Amino acid sequence: MDSVEPILSLRGIGKAFYGNRVLTDVSFDVAPGEIIGLVGENGAGKSTLMKILFAMPVIGETGGFEGSIVFNGKEVKFRNSFDALDVGIGMVHQEFSLIPGFTTTENILLNRESLHGSALIDIFGPRISTLDRLTMESRAQKAIAKLGVTLDPKMLIREMPVGHKQFTEIARELCRENVKLIVLDEPTAVLTESEAEVLLATLRLLAAEGIAIIFISHRLREIVELCDRVVVLRDGRKIEDFPAKGTSIKEIASLMVGRSMEAQAQIDAASEARLRQDGAQQAETILAIENLWVDMPGETVRNVSLQVKQGEILGIGGLAGQGKLGIPNGIMGLAPAGGSVTLRGKPVALNAPRAVLERNMAFVSEDRRGVGLLLDEGIDWNIAFTAMQVQDKFLKPLLGGLLQWRSDAAMADLAAEYIKLLEIKCTGPGQRAGNLSGGNQQKVCLAKAFALSPDVLFVSEPTRGIDIGAKHLVLDTLKKHNREYGTTIIMVSSELEELRSVCDRIAIVYEGRIEGILPHTARVEEFGILMAGADRDEPPLSLAEGSEQ
Amino acid sequence: MTHIKRLAADFGLPRIIITLYLLALFLAAPFVGVDLPASISDTMIRIGMNGIMVLALVPMIQSGCGLNFGLSLGVIAGLLGATISIEAGLIGAWGFIVAIFISQGFGAVFGYGYGKLLNRVKGGEMMIATYVGFSSVMIMSIAWLILPFKSPTMIWGYGGTGLRTTISVEGFWRHILDDFLVIQIGDNFKFPTGAVLVFILMSLLIWVFFHLKTGTAITAVGSNPTYARASGINIDRMRIVSVMMSTMLGALGILIFEQSFGFIQLYEGPLYMAFPAVAAILIGGAGVNKATLTNVFIGAALYQGILTMTPSIFNAVLKVDMSDVIRIIVSNGMILYALTRKSKVAK
Repeated sequence: MDSVEPILSLRGIGKAFYGNRVLTDVSFDVAPGEIIGLVGENGAGKSTLMKILFAMPVIGETGGFEGSIVFNGKEVKFRNSFDALDVGIGMVHQEFSLIPGFTTTENILLNRESLHGSALIDIFGPRISTLDRLTMESRAQKAIAKLGVTLDPKMLIREMPVGHKQFTEIARELCRENVKLIVLDEPTAVLTESEAEVLLATLRLLAAEGIAIIFISHRLREIVELCDRVVVLRDGRKIEDFPAKGTSIKEIASLMVGRSMEAQAQIDAASEARLRQDGAQQAETILAIENLWVDMPGETVRNVSLQVKQGEILGIGGLAGQGKLGIPNGIMGLAPAGGSVTLRGKPVALNAPRAVLERNMAFVSEDRRGVGLLLDEGIDWNIAFTAMQVQDKFLKPLLGGLLQWRSDAAMADLAAEYIKLLEIKCTGPGQRAGNLSGGNQQKVCLAKAFALSPDVLFVSEPTRGIDIGAKHLVLDTLKKHNREYGTTIIMVSSELEELRSVCDRIAIVYEGRIEGILPHTARVEEFGILMAGADRDEPPLSLAEGSEQ
Repeated sequence: MTHIKRLAADFGLPRIIITLYLLALFLAAPFVGVDLPASISDTMIRIGMNGIMVLALVPMIQSGCGLNFGLSLGVIAGLLGATISIEAGLIGAWGFIVAIFISQGFGAVFGYGYGKLLNRVKGGEMMIATYVGFSSVMIMSIAWLILPFKSPTMIWGYGGTGLRTTISVEGFWRHILDDFLVIQIGDNFKFPTGAVLVFILMSLLIWVFFHLKTGTAITAVGSNPTYARASGINIDRMRIVSVMMSTMLGALGILIFEQSFGFIQLYEGPLYMAFPAVAAILIGGAGVNKATLTNVFIGAALYQGILTMTPSIFNAVLKVDMSDVIRIIVSNGMILYALTRKSKVAK
């Protein structure tokens, strides 16, 4: 395909949001009829790249981008998304942009309807023309037929199964005249396996007609199966651009998550320095999770079974939306859950936050501002409140225990202690939590959990959105707490690097299930494979296989 | 200087203007022939009459249920207490105490149901509360006619059934609190010690309550319900407690209002109790999710002060009696102003 003039060339694309660089010098070509698989971890820059291609307002508002886009032999400068649509680029979004109360036909032809001519139009202008529904329906039918699926053109979108919605979106893009390139952002994420098969077949059909396709997916198997070429992005840079033929999931996965050699060396050194690991491996099970399901929107847990050992730090990793966040939220009673959880052999009540807290389990939520903090109250309240309500700390009995008086002084003392310990930058224990920076807010959340002196501590995305200095302090504090008080810590994070530097074992979640558990010393690509949903034909990677070092 | 500026910023420009306006009214009073001691006395009496109604809003604001536009429900509980006590023929302090006890019983029951309802409409509490206020008043308008009251002081003179719209409490417990330990200076100045004492006592109880474990939990629910839930708090129960407190305080508030006013106003009377209380606490600087006792005191004093002073000064200046017209314009104007600034919280 090298001889063919490319339909789209991206040349040296770069982008920074408020000084935070997300894309650096990305260049690649797309030939007509070629299917490009665009892969990368969360935050690798895939979505930003597509936003630039479509001239989304957010790009212009934040100062535009670097580099140039050549489409169909001409350099193009799109002012808005309509310009991109006009030259023949179609986009199928991750979230459905369909109108639920309209029919398939109406959605496919929205704003491009066929109209009846009439004398009134000459007088009042085109806004008074009526819809030619018969022609519209046949146009929609034609677009649907191209897909090789059957959709009812008269069905309302809201009554459709998700798969059909996805097909309707694609049909809408196909229905445009002169469409030359279609971008699909995670089109199979919401589809069942058989629907995904149909979609892949459809895409091959379209490619055969000469339409170029950029296919973004986390499902590496689909990439290998479908694409002609694979472009791997990592940390905003293009890492590799190679033919998909002859490659393997393993290879792509290691390219996606692979880090520099120094980082690997650091981790190895850190792990060697850790002496407690052997002890932890033989320790008894403190928390047993059996067949847990959690109904948390966007983070559904389907069937998780895990044994957590006394005194260990267990990491839970995986890509966004696979269900890793659902596990702590379900166990702590913040999202509807079922299955069985036992702590030290005794069952833990689910869907009851209080009961879980009373069993000496604590949780640092990933949603700091929404769940973790009382933004309008002082640091002292934020740290002491849970311990006060659950364990009756910081209360003075009055009238022979009839009334329980809040001891503001004791709360302030506690806050002052943690402010010193965790280096929280603030004006004093009374400062409102809402006025603190992200890192300091996170420290307050940690202090809140520590104040409960928990046996088992869940920590969810502890370093999300905080600066490097605070990151170090937060992770060190967790490690210290684990060592000094023997607190069992279960840490959920989307940063594999972080998990590997802190945890003893790391469980990877994929599609609501534990895909495998590896020691922190396992190689990066092994994690990568688990994260991308390992080839199900191969036996799942076990502990024994994983530890090669 | 910066200190003063900060203080002024904390207090808020609108409240400074309102305070200056009120001061100007008091200063102007002697020059236009308005009796200053009598004016101050009137203002104090009005604060004593209405203070608890304003205080009644605090628990629900703190628990995140918003402004209690359904305060009429508490008022109805108070009216039931008052009428049942009179029906029983109890007079003096005893009658008043029985009225309070009965009204608190009704208040607790009504508040519980009202709280259950509000728990089902989280996010839309204030609108639903307004409807609860209106519909309960309308249901009671029917009930006042058909309840089997017999006391001749209360029922219609003709026909002999159904309660009158206005019932005098003279001979029962009129001014029972206003005249308790009253401080009389000259002919025109009277300090309603009893009513003010009860207001202060109830404020103290509320202050104590919000320093207890349960009160702290309620504050947290209002501040961030998700945080409270993650800390093992039963949000619904805390909200019901706050709604019950608010309704019961409303019931007590109307009894104190009536003993001072001298009349029980039935039928549509309760409708006109919620808005002035809401306006007062907002002018006092409360937000929809945060209110302090300082907000209550400042709000009650400013609102009632202006409501007392404006008509009398304007009457004296204009030499025509249009006090009622001015009173309505001023009170509704202040409600309107207060509602436009309900999101900002001042200290």
